[in-house]
Amino acid sequence: MPPSRDNRAISKITNMALLQISEPGYSPDPHQRRVAVGIDLGTTHSLVASVRNGVAECLPDGEGRVILPSVVRYLEGGGRQIGFDAKSAQAQDPQNTIASVKRFMGRGLGDVIGHDKLPYHFIDKPGMLALQTVQGEKSPVEVSADILATLRYRAEDTFADDLYGAVITVPAYFDDAQRQATKDAAQLAGLNVLRLINEPTAAAIAYGLDNASEGVYAIYDLGGGTFDISILRLTRGVFEVLATGGDSALGGDDYDRALADWVMAQAGVMVKTPQDKAIAIIAARACKEELSAAHCAACHACIGGENVRFEVVNEQFEKLTASLTQRTMQAVRKTLRDAGLDKDEVKGVVMVGGSTRMPQIQQAVANFFGRPPLTNLDPDQVVALGAAIQANQLAGNNTTGELLLLDVIPLSLGIETMGGLVERIVPRNETIPTAKAQDFTTYKDGQTALALHVVQGERDLVADCRSLARFELRGIPPMAAGAARIRVTFTVDADGLLTVSAKEQISGVEAHIDVKPSYGLGDEQIAKMLQDSFTTAEADMKARALVEARVDCDRMLLASASALAADGDLLSADERADIDALMAATRAALALQDPAPIEAATQALAKGTEAFAALRMNRGIQQALAGRNIETV
Amino acid sequence: MNLQSNDFELFGLALQFEQDRAAIDDRWKDLQREAHPDRFAAQGAAAQRVAMQWSVRINEAYRRLKDPLRRAAYLCELHAAPVNAEDNTAMPAAFLMQQMEWREALDEARDAVELDRLAGEVRSARHDALQECARLLDTEHDYAAAVRQVRALMFIERFAGDVEAKMDRIDAAEQGQ
Repeated sequence: MPPSRDNRAISKITNMALLQISEPGYSPDPHQRRVAVGIDLGTTHSLVASVRNGVAECLPDGEGRVILPSVVRYLEGGGRQIGFDAKSAQAQDPQNTIASVKRFMGRGLGDVIGHDKLPYHFIDKPGMLALQTVQGEKSPVEVSADILATLRYRAEDTFADDLYGAVITVPAYFDDAQRQATKDAAQLAGLNVLRLINEPTAAAIAYGLDNASEGVYAIYDLGGGTFDISILRLTRGVFEVLATGGDSALGGDDYDRALADWVMAQAGVMVKTPQDKAIAIIAARACKEELSAAHCAACHACIGGENVRFEVVNEQFEKLTASLTQRTMQAVRKTLRDAGLDKDEVKGVVMVGGSTRMPQIQQAVANFFGRPPLTNLDPDQVVALGAAIQANQLAGNNTTGELLLLDVIPLSLGIETMGGLVERIVPRNETIPTAKAQDFTTYKDGQTALALHVVQGERDLVADCRSLARFELRGIPPMAAGAARIRVTFTVDADGLLTVSAKEQISGVEAHIDVKPSYGLGDEQIAKMLQDSFTTAEADMKARALVEARVDCDRMLLASASALAADGDLLSADERADIDALMAATRAALALQDPAPIEAATQALAKGTEAFAALRMNRGIQQALAGRNIETV
Repeated sequence: MNLQSNDFELFGLALQFEQDRAAIDDRWKDLQREAHPDRFAAQGAAAQRVAMQWSVRINEAYRRLKDPLRRAAYLCELHAAPVNAEDNTAMPAAFLMQQMEWREALDEARDAVELDRLAGEVRSARHDALQECARLLDTEHDYAAAVRQVRALMFIERFAGDVEAKMDRIDAAEQGQ
């Protein structure tokens, strides 16, 4: 039996106490390796990987299994089971055993097609649905955080060290609400998120570096609940995404359901109770997996006390899921068009995700591209491995790293204008990070406020797009209609997350919003969940805050020291003395036992070195250009 | 060089329309290698913010430089001949006639083959207009005339987008059968 969560919480406290004893001469070796991991938070299962001795590998649990089923069971009277234990309880306790929770991330109940066929007790809420369990209401973010925390503990046990940070993968086709929900879950699990990266891009890293590939590759990623297709160009360690597409609600689960529905209809069995729904789907999944290796398989389940047994041959399964497979191929064609490429220009197609084991998928891909797909990396592990390579580089462990990801935003971002139409501001497939501005104006005389509605999607009508946030710019001085100039700026960061700001150009009135609060979770909600979660023990909370403050502070000190060593000559003697003084003060703060002053010192150092950072960047850019000019001369 | 440098300065390119696309791509990657926020992930919030600003600016310049239409419009602007596409939509009659013919052909197109033929026609018109742009910008230095050519290209581009959209709809419909 793996240790229960509650035991873990206790052992965490002990670790922290030990860490405190090793103060105050605390000055870590700058070359010390930082433990960074890649996490594939999947619909069906999740994995954690890390680079050890230069090689990326998935970390196994105590029993040697690298896969953690993404299933969480909430037990009556407290406590929970996560992974294999929860999975095996699915049929027996379906309402409290949450599987495939990824499909609910950042989603309202109306967004989840076929939710009536699922055995859960859903609660419809604005923004994101919730699940009613014996332990009360659970947000999909909390359920995901339980999975992430389990993987975090696995990594910390493996390395007997705290984690520096993690790269978490998301489907390329995830919209802003889904990405934000994933980041919230990671925060809730106590992870420092180095970056969210797209699953197909992560797979391309693992594949590309492993095979020293160059040229254009397509990544076909069919997971348990999501489908992504990405077209990338690989050149000298640069992974440039040319276009991405997919369907964030299409995956192996749909194949299971299609098979379950068909078998039950053929057998003339009515599926009514949550237990029966769960049993039918589990039986269909087992049958599907068997069909990947055999021509024919039996689907058997005990529904309502009656034994149902039905033989399925491959052609039947293929036929009844053909429309699902076609949906994926339609997205492939569209994405190729977006990339401006012909299928002949694609050098190879890499298969990712357990669902690509189905023979009909491999066949459809081979038929379209006219070549067999590449399956030489384990489709279950390749995403986590790529994320681990990126995490290692972001943590600064790989200083010679040539790896650079240039990813894109999967869905267009826009603003609602008069008549319920969308004015597109950032088009899909634009390389991130990016910022775009557009000017709007008032439509009534004396109008002093402007309501802004931020949406994401490709359709022209607001009603057909996903609503991300609403906010208001107030305090515009009364002017004639059309006289105000309101500049709305969309900024999408390297995680693919959006920030919106609006400014009236004449009066200077400004409003600013992270898209997060109105559609994802508010900071208060997260704080409450953190309190409700397994870290409830107050001592643990405090100890964690202190450790986090110190890790952050230390990170800032190390960064400043290495910046000074590399580019200290950019500073005047006075500027240098100021930074030295700030660093000394920050170093002194590290020994304190209270997180607040440590955080304040970190902030002060960050602010005090901002101008220096800008100077360094300028030098970096100029060096890049200078190097180039010498080459071309 | 700073964030206010123009795109050509930032990418170290001659201030002209004719450019080698491969050189622009290479330069973009070299610059992002220096400036991308991923390079500064372990170096604190200040460095992250500066990197983000630079990275955004480099991507903006890249989008303008790699796209011949945007590059042409940008060159006109740098030479004090703004395109002002919204305010000025007057076009020669012959050009508008051709646009109308295209629109009709698009409405009547029923399958991918017809759409492909139309798309080919649009591509060739685009190619000719770009050649003319190059001549006006790099040889004649007649920026006012180049602006007119840029506006024509914007029409062509928008129409190409509509052809593309119909292609998507037909593709989806064919799959739905």
